[in-house]
Amino acid sequence: MGTKRHFRVWRGDESGGDIQDYDVEVNDGEVVLDIIHRLQATQTPDLACRWNCKAGKCGSCSMEINGKPKLGCMTRMSTFEEDETVTITPLRTFPIIRDLVTDVTFNYEKARETPAFAPPAGVAPGQYRMKQVDVERSQEFRKCIECFLCQNTCHVVRDHEENKAAFSGPRYFIRAAELDMHPLDARTDRKDYAQAEQGLGFCNITKCCTEVCPEHIKITDNAIIPMKERVVDRRYDPLVWLGRKIFRRDQLDGSAHGDSMAPSTSVGVTGVAAGTPFSSARPSEAAPVRDDGRMDVAELALPQQGGPSPFGDDQELPLPPGEIVYNHPAPGKDDTGPKGDAH
Amino acid sequence: MTTRIERHHYDVVVIGAGGAGLRAAIEARLAGKRTAIISKSLFGKAHTVMAEGGAAAAMGNVNSRDNWMVHFRDTMRGGKFLNNFRMAELHAKEAPERIWELETYGALFDRTKDGKISQRNFGGHEYPRLAHVGDRTGLELIRTLQQKIVSLQQEDFAETGSYDAKIKVFAETTITELLLDGDQVAGAFGYYRESGEFLLLEAPAVVLATGGVGRSYKVTSNSWEYTGDGHALALRAGATLINMEFLQFHPTGMVWPPSVKGILVTESVRGDGGVLRNSDGKRFMFDYVPDVFRKQYAETEEEADRWYDDPDNNRRPPELLPRDEVARAINNEVKEGRGTKAGGVFLDVSTRMPAERIVKRLPSMYHQFKELADVDITKQPMEVGPTCHYVMGGVEVDPDSAAASGRVTGLFAAGEVSGGMHGSNRLGGNSLSDLLVFGKRAGEHASAYVDALAKRPKVATADVEAALDVALAPLNRQSGENPYTLQQDLQAVMGDLVGIIRRAGELTDALKRLQELKLRVANVGAAGGRRYNPGWHLAIDLRNMLVVSECTAKAALEREESRGGHTREDFPGMNPQWRKVNLVCSLDKSGDVHLERKPLPKMRGELISLFDRTELSKYLTDDELIEFDALEAK
Repeated sequence: MGTKRHFRVWRGDESGGDIQDYDVEVNDGEVVLDIIHRLQATQTPDLACRWNCKAGKCGSCSMEINGKPKLGCMTRMSTFEEDETVTITPLRTFPIIRDLVTDVTFNYEKARETPAFAPPAGVAPGQYRMKQVDVERSQEFRKCIECFLCQNTCHVVRDHEENKAAFSGPRYFIRAAELDMHPLDARTDRKDYAQAEQGLGFCNITKCCTEVCPEHIKITDNAIIPMKERVVDRRYDPLVWLGRKIFRRDQLDGSAHGDSMAPSTSVGVTGVAAGTPFSSARPSEAAPVRDDGRMDVAELALPQQGGPSPFGDDQELPLPPGEIVYNHPAPGKDDTGPKGDAH
Repeated sequence: MTTRIERHHYDVVVIGAGGAGLRAAIEARLAGKRTAIISKSLFGKAHTVMAEGGAAAAMGNVNSRDNWMVHFRDTMRGGKFLNNFRMAELHAKEAPERIWELETYGALFDRTKDGKISQRNFGGHEYPRLAHVGDRTGLELIRTLQQKIVSLQQEDFAETGSYDAKIKVFAETTITELLLDGDQVAGAFGYYRESGEFLLLEAPAVVLATGGVGRSYKVTSNSWEYTGDGHALALRAGATLINMEFLQFHPTGMVWPPSVKGILVTESVRGDGGVLRNSDGKRFMFDYVPDVFRKQYAETEEEADRWYDDPDNNRRPPELLPRDEVARAINNEVKEGRGTKAGGVFLDVSTRMPAERIVKRLPSMYHQFKELADVDITKQPMEVGPTCHYVMGGVEVDPDSAAASGRVTGLFAAGEVSGGMHGSNRLGGNSLSDLLVFGKRAGEHASAYVDALAKRPKVATADVEAALDVALAPLNRQSGENPYTLQQDLQAVMGDLVGIIRRAGELTDALKRLQELKLRVANVGAAGGRRYNPGWHLAIDLRNMLVVSECTAKAALEREESRGGHTREDFPGMNPQWRKVNLVCSLDKSGDVHLERKPLPKMRGELISLFDRTELSKYLTDDELIEFDALEAK
C-alpha cells in the first residue's frame, strides 16, 4: 500500500552541510515525522531530529517543511500532492547543532529574563479564588507548547542576529501578557517591563507568529496588541508627559529598570589588566598522561566560579570553635619545632 | 586516546524532568541543596504533558462529601488491594495541599462557580475529584513547575549573579550509570545528547524520576524517552523493583490512522458522556461489569444516561469502570469479531452532546483529532483500542521517604518509576497527584539524607572508566546490528507475548526470546559519530529496555492469577492468597534478573475499617476476614 516518495533533508552541522535526497516509502495516513523515523530505521540511523509525544502536545519536532515552520508530527502527508517533493530543513533562526536539531538556548535565556509569577501577599494556598471568565484569557496563552515556531518565524530575529539581545520574541510576549492578565498576579509593571526590557516595541504586528502557532493562540491580537495598546496609553498620557518633563525619566521608570533580570552587559577589564585576554581565550593545556597511557578521566567544571572547596564538600567554614585545636608554640617545650632551632 | 569528561559537584541529582523530578528538585533547592536536574529532552517537554484528564485530590470543591478517606478507598479498590496502603494513604491526605501549592506557583486551573478549583468525574473516583485545565492538565503542571524553577533561579541570580548557582537544568542529557561507593550512591555518569560529550555528577543523593517503560511495546502512548532507564539504573545499583507484571493498557488509544496509533483519547471523553460501541452499534460495556463492581454501576442505558445530570440518585455508566476492565472488554469485543477494520471499537461523543459543548469541554481532543487524523469528533465517532500506557511497577520504596529498598542508600524514586502506590492498577488522575506528593517527599528526604551524612562517598575512577567503555561500545561497532531493528524485535516480543492477555506458554517463550535478544543487544552497533546521534542513543537505551522487559515477563509468569494490569488467560480469577504477595526483582552478580516473593505490608486497623465487610470479602483470605471481624467487634 506504500508508495515511494521523494524527500530532501538538510544534513550537516555548524561547520556546514547540504540538502540530501532520499526516496522513502509513504503509507496512508502518515505524517512527516513518520517518514523521518522510517529514514532513521532503514537508511540513515544517525539522522538527528528531536521528537517526543508525536501528538502535537510537546512541541519538540519543530522544523521547516517546504520552507514553512511546522511540527513534523502534525504535518499530514496527505496535504502534499502525490508527486510533490518534500524538503525538510532545520529552524533557520537558531544555530545548527546537527541535521534538523538546532540550539534553542535563546528561548530558555529569554524565559529566565521574564519575571516570574508574583503570588499575592496574604493569600494562603487553597484560598485562591478566581472567576472562570477571568482565568480564560491567561489560559489561552498557557496552551503554549513551546515549539518556538513563533520565535523562529519572527522577522525581528529571523535574519537579524543583532536583535536577539534586546528582543524576547512572541513566546515571551504572551508570557508577559498571561501574567498581566492573571487575576492574582501581584506585579503591576508587566506592560512597562515588556516595553522596556523585552523589546515589545520592535514588533510591528505582521502576525507571522499567529499564523504558524500550532495551538492557534491569537498571539498578535490577544497578547501583543493589548500589551502595546496599554503601553501606548501610558506613554501618551498628558499627565505622564508632564511628569516626564518634571522628573528625570529614571526616577519615573525606576521600578521596571531596577528589577531587570537581564544579565550584566559590562565588557572587558579596566585598569592595569586592560587588554589582557580572558582566560577563556587562552589555548587549553593538555592534561598529563598517566603510567597506563590514559589520561586522568575528568576535567573539572563547576557551576560556580572559584571551584570546589580545597577542604572538601563536607567541611563547613568557619569551623565550630570546639573543633579547632591550636597549640600555641612555646619555645623550649615544643619538640616539634624546626630542627634547626635545636642546639 | 583519552576522553574528556566534565565533572560536577552537587548535593542532590534528580534524574528526570517530568512532574516528579521537577517537584523533587524544587523541594531540594528549597532545602538549600545544590541541585541538578537531568532532562533527557529539552526542559519542559517531559511525558507529563501528555496527561490530559487531571490531578486527583479530595478537595471537595464540587462535592463536599469527598475527603481523603474516600479517595484512599477508591485508590485501594482501583489497585485491587495490592497497593502499598501507606503510600495510598499519604497520597490521599497530601494531594490537596500539593495542588493548592501549584496555584501559588502560578497555575490556572478551571474554576467552579464560586471561584474554587473545579473538579471533574473520572473512572474509579466516587466523587468529582480531578483538578483540571480543559484536557491539557499535564501541560499546565509541567509549565507551572518549570516556571517555578525559573523563578527560583531568578532569586539565585539576584543573590549570586548566576542563574545556575543552586539549581541547574542539564537539558538533553542522559544518565547511563549510577556510581557507588560501597553501597552508597556517589554519583551519576552520562552524556550530553547534543554534543556526545560525557559528564560525571558527583553527588551523595540521587532521585530517580525517569517515568515508565512503554517504548518496549509496539502500541504505546509513551514517547521515546520511556525506556525504563530509572528502573534499570536502580536494579544495577542494587535496588529492587516490585509489581513489574502490572502494566496499564489505556483502553482508548487511537487505532486509526496508523501514524498516531497508540495516542490517547482521554478518559474524560467518557466521563463527559462518550460511549463505547462495537461494529454492530451495540453499547457493549453493560455486558462486562464484574461482580465486585456490580453495585456501583448502572444496568440500563437509561439509568446510565441519567447519571450525568443526577449522580446522587443514579449509578454510573459502565464506560467509567476502571481502565483495566474497559481495556479487557474492548480487547474481547475485537477478538470476537465485533471490532472495526483497524482493530478497535467506536468511541462516540458526536451523538451525545452539541458540537459547541464538545469543543469547549474537550478542546485539545477536538484539535488533535482534526489535525492529526482529519476526524471531526463532533460529527463522527473515534476508533479506539487498548494501548500500553503506564507501568504500575517500579522501584520498591519506603512509603514515607521515597528511599529505594535493597542494599543501596542515597537513592530515592518518585512518580511512575516507583512502585507500590497504585497496586495492580492505577486510577486515572492519580498519577499527576502521585508525582506531586512523592516528588516532594523524595526531594525533602534526599536533602535530609545529605544533611545526615558524615562523609561524602567518593566516585572510583575505575567505575567511571567502565561506564565510559559501555557507553562508547556501540560506536566502536559501526557495523554491529541496527538498534532500530532490535527495538522493533523487542517490541514484537513484548507486544505479542507479554501483552494485555497473557499465557504461561507464551511467557516462557518470551523469556527465551529475551535471552536471544540479550546476545544481539550485546552486539549492537551505531553508525556515525557522537554528536546528536539518535542511533547511538537508542543503542545505549536498549540494554535498559531489555532488563526491564525481563522483569515484567518473569513476574508475569510467576503470578498465577488475574488482577488489575495483569491478566492470565490460564488463571482468570483473582486469588486472595496472591493478594498477599509482592514479586520483587533484583539483579544477581551475573546481571540476571532474580525474582522473589515478599509479603505485602499489612493495612493498619483504622484504615481497613474504612471498608465494609462485603467488599473486603472479595479480596481477603478467610483468615484475614476473621482477623477483620475480631477488629470490628472491639
